[in-house]
Amino acid sequence: MKGNEAIAEAAIRAGVDAYYGYPITPQSEVMEYLMAERPHLRTGMVVLQAESEVASINMVYGAAGCAKKAMTSSSSPGVSLMQEGISYIAGAELPCLVVNVARGGPGLGTIQPSQADYFQATKGGGHGDYRLIVLAPNSVQEQADFVSLSFDLAFRYRTPVMILSDGALGQMMEKVELPPQRERMTAEEIEAQYGHWATLGKPASRERNIITSLKLKAEQMEAHNLHLQRKYAQIQEAETRYQSLRCDDADYVLVAYGLSSRICQKAVDLARAQGIKVGLLRPITLWPFPTAPIAELARAAKGFISVEMSAGQMVEDVRLAVNGLRPVHHFGRMGGMITSPSQVLEQIKTLFLNPQASLNGGAH
Amino acid sequence: MSASHDSDTLLLEDIIRPENLVFEKTACLTDNTLSYCPGCGHGTAHRILMEVVEEMGIQGQTIGIAPVGCSVLAYDFMNVDMQQAAHGRAPAVATGIKRVMPEKYVFTYQGDGDLAAIGTAETIHACNRGENITIIFINNGIYGMTGGQMAPTTLAGMRTSTSPFGRDTEMMGHPLRITEMVATLPGVCFATRQAVHTPAAVRKAKKAIQTAFELQRQRKGLSLVEIVSNCNSGWKMMPRKANDWMEENMFPFYPLGDIKK
Repeated sequence: MKGNEAIAEAAIRAGVDAYYGYPITPQSEVMEYLMAERPHLRTGMVVLQAESEVASINMVYGAAGCAKKAMTSSSSPGVSLMQEGISYIAGAELPCLVVNVARGGPGLGTIQPSQADYFQATKGGGHGDYRLIVLAPNSVQEQADFVSLSFDLAFRYRTPVMILSDGALGQMMEKVELPPQRERMTAEEIEAQYGHWATLGKPASRERNIITSLKLKAEQMEAHNLHLQRKYAQIQEAETRYQSLRCDDADYVLVAYGLSSRICQKAVDLARAQGIKVGLLRPITLWPFPTAPIAELARAAKGFISVEMSAGQMVEDVRLAVNGLRPVHHFGRMGGMITSPSQVLEQIKTLFLNPQASLNGGAH
Repeated sequence: MSASHDSDTLLLEDIIRPENLVFEKTACLTDNTLSYCPGCGHGTAHRILMEVVEEMGIQGQTIGIAPVGCSVLAYDFMNVDMQQAAHGRAPAVATGIKRVMPEKYVFTYQGDGDLAAIGTAETIHACNRGENITIIFINNGIYGMTGGQMAPTTLAGMRTSTSPFGRDTEMMGHPLRITEMVATLPGVCFATRQAVHTPAAVRKAKKAIQTAFELQRQRKGLSLVEIVSNCNSGWKMMPRKANDWMEENMFPFYPLGDIKK
């Protein structure tokens, strides 16, 4: 199954109530699959093609404000258009899922895969102090699995969740075990569980519910920000996810997510075959970032390379985690180009096993 | 005390008694003090909208969308579940709600900058899809909240803080009759233009809102009620003068009455 189709099928099976989207390459198959599948007949799920990404994210806002499982998907330029809405959703504390099947930028860029939206996804692409939970799948299987997980996290913390994928994962075909069908929540279940905040129509028994991110008084806005920061601290505490591959005895650690982590898995094998002790630390949540495990590895490892399809974005978080203890390098290609396992191995050799280069330390 | 005082002076307490009440505010409005300027039409528009909600008995089935603009705090005054939307996006938010809860009554309450400038795409496409929602559109020809800047609906020659020498249509374009525009779309079942500056106008405007919600109940498509209103602060006129000016200048360009029914 194609990665994009896996997201769409997983959404139906996750009991999603509404998908609002706008076509953009390389993720158009998500809505195409949904439209062809007619999920309103299968589960009652709504699928609507909006007039723009701006409209789709605001439709998500509306449905999420009614405690419905609402999602959208897009690719880099379209996700840029959604940033205002995402900031509002974070501010109003609404649960939802945004999928970014990223492509090369900046600007209209290219339709080939890229990881250059890391900053936008993890540092808050919109205005204000907010965070998204960002999940980075590295297989078609995870593209499917993370849909349900995203909604669990989104509703647990009333916060927007992003799946940051890329054009290659969206387009590639792999075997996938689809999750069983989860029932959509009934109106009664939603009322019982989320009636204290969702706009479901005000019964006489309660005060009206208001979905807003506006607090005109600075004292109130600061208090709201402090509340959000406490929530983000809880998420950092409880939801950091990562995968460690042969890091225990590693002299050199590759840090890579998504497609790059697949390439680095192979690079680890190549290096080990030549007797070079290389490990891979793969962040699964890009925010919260696995800072502590990387800091732990920095005690024994001799150096790190952040392998990304970008000019070097995640490398900044790796450097913060390593905190100057070891050299941290970036390696990657941009604009839709993908590096190969042998090129990664070459980099390890050049950066760490060549005495000339190792004098350069962390600054490359 | 009011009952037992022995002077022949009438005290306030003697007048304000349940049996003397001739008017009561609907329970669908909260007790919060309106944030609008004295003389502004928003308060009356809020009242008749919420009276319709009360009279139809749909308070528990109604979800409103507040815009960005003077009425951003509409949710402080309207006693129904409400969402506050990003600037111009109310019809998209309303679409998102109505599609997942088609049995609810969903309305947006928007000003002219919100609906006819930054939100034009959302407005036209919600209308074109025939979303089964009601849009209440307050047109006062100016940005009130931000201090009186030119709006898409500002009349030709009208002075605002960003058209200090009057709106020059060659440089700044023409005022937009968006209600006439969306009335051409098959998804729109009802488009009307009303006002709330006289008792007679208020009665007509309320009737129009009733019609709009009734059409929504019948799932007929999108209904839009434009209310041409004043902005005495932005227009820099006393309320009475602003209403006269509105009649003399706004109504000829924005004629009242049903555009599509």
